[in-house]
Amino acid sequence: MTTIEIRGLTKRYGPDTVVDDLSFTVEPGQVTGFLGPNGAGKSTTMKMIVGLAAPTRGSVTIGGRRYADLPVPLTEVGALLDAGAVHGGRKAADHLLALAVSNGLPRRRVGEVLARTGLDGVAGKRAGGFSLGMRQRLGIAAALLGDPRVLIFDEPVNGLDPEGIRWIRDFMRSLAREGRAVLVSSHLMSEMAQTADHLVVIGRGRLIADTGVGELVRAGGEGTVLVRTSHPGFAVLLTAAGATVREGTESSFVVSGLTSEEIGKLAAYHGVALGELTPQRVSLEDAFMELTKDSVEYEGATA
Amino acid sequence: MSVTFTRSVQAEWIKFRSLRSTWYTVASLFAVGLGITALAMNSAGKAYAEDPQAWDPTSRSLTSYIVAQLIIGVLGILVVTSEFATGLMQTSLLATPRRHRLLAAKVAVAVAVAVVAGQVLMFAAFFLGQAVLTGQDLPHARFGDPGVFSAVTGGGLYLAAIALLAVGLGTLMRATAGALATLVGIVFLVPALAGLFPAWLQKVFFFWPTLGASAVFKTVPDPDFPHPWLNLGGMCLGVAAVLAAAFVVFRRRDV
Repeated sequence: MTTIEIRGLTKRYGPDTVVDDLSFTVEPGQVTGFLGPNGAGKSTTMKMIVGLAAPTRGSVTIGGRRYADLPVPLTEVGALLDAGAVHGGRKAADHLLALAVSNGLPRRRVGEVLARTGLDGVAGKRAGGFSLGMRQRLGIAAALLGDPRVLIFDEPVNGLDPEGIRWIRDFMRSLAREGRAVLVSSHLMSEMAQTADHLVVIGRGRLIADTGVGELVRAGGEGTVLVRTSHPGFAVLLTAAGATVREGTESSFVVSGLTSEEIGKLAAYHGVALGELTPQRVSLEDAFMELTKDSVEYEGATA
Repeated sequence: MSVTFTRSVQAEWIKFRSLRSTWYTVASLFAVGLGITALAMNSAGKAYAEDPQAWDPTSRSLTSYIVAQLIIGVLGILVVTSEFATGLMQTSLLATPRRHRLLAAKVAVAVAVAVVAGQVLMFAAFFLGQAVLTGQDLPHARFGDPGVFSAVTGGGLYLAAIALLAVGLGTLMRATAGALATLVGIVFLVPALAGLFPAWLQKVFFFWPTLGASAVFKTVPDPDFPHPWLNLGGMCLGVAAVLAAAFVVFRRRDV
């Protein structure tokens, strides 16, 4: 089982600290979402994982070794950092063939990954004519060439249409089900909510959260409850019971401070008929905003 | 199974041959190179009439090197800068994280192509040039004449060295425009302004492209440069220094 271990990773460009003492582990068999606002240091961290950028301090190992020390890197790590990173004048199959040959992989792998990413029909076409979605697929095909145990994708759904997004999302999930470690970055929490099992959140280069998706929602604060009733005095009863009540649409209230169970008991005690009683989970998006807001405030205070 | 240098070279060769721009550049190298030879020979009558003593039909047929060095330089530059321009360098370094090996493989492919292209062009220019001279009833050289073999093969090597210089410049500059401008400066601008430089610098011009190093194209001994291969060797040392710098920088820089 191959994991990515990041320990005390720091990257400075002149006076700017882009990644600041970052430590986390990417486990196999799950999708790890790597989240942060734009400019948080996600891409720089990913570049350091695969040796494209040198850390100022700290270390990254993949299965216990540095990327540059992997004897056949493509068979251990597949990475898509920039979908544009192909030469537009080269045919898709030639692009992949050059990569396969450089790592001594059999030529048939080119056809196999083209088929798996649905590009077999355009193998002989030049990449310059590809849409963004097709380039993403070509980049994923390249990452899969060596059938690696670890996969790294930087913002893979950026700029894709809904169908492309769904395809990539399902693809990540299937890669993780095969037991691979999948690290995927995004600045969209809602996207990660549907893809990731585990979340690593960074802001301004620092680790903010390293947690499961469920834990993050719970940590984001208690939820609210949507109550719908035609009874005119129920809002007053709720307030009397210690809840905070906001008017919602169509004779509904959004209640915080009481659980749905407590509200149900209160309604039964007073003989109030409820049209609806729905616990509202804190959205991952809200939890994320809450987390990154804190980091910005913290940065502002120390500056 | 591991990533070996042979495999890196094979991969670089696949990248090189799978671009149309490669073959357009090679085609223009020959079209322009041989075209200039044909033009130079066509107007050769006047030069011969003016100064028959200095008549060197071999050197005259090889003058196309002046423009050919720029085109073969473009070929060398593009081996590296086309990857920086497109971001492909990232993908290449993911597959081959040992950077010296990747750059060495690129250099190997560039050398192989430039040596073959340079020699073929110089041989073709020589034979085409002498054929045109024969048609004009002017004195021409035969391949067996003294100094001809040295001039033709030395010319091919000169072009190959310029291509290597271009690979080094491309790696240092990471941009096609910057590398090409520098190459033009080295092979055209500095020679054109050579007279302005102080005396102690003139020794360097002994080994400079288009200046001393191009003495290798002549079969009639040039009193300024009595040992043309020495000059060419000096230029090759300079190219080696640029390449060494390129290797150091390529290893250290983030991509």
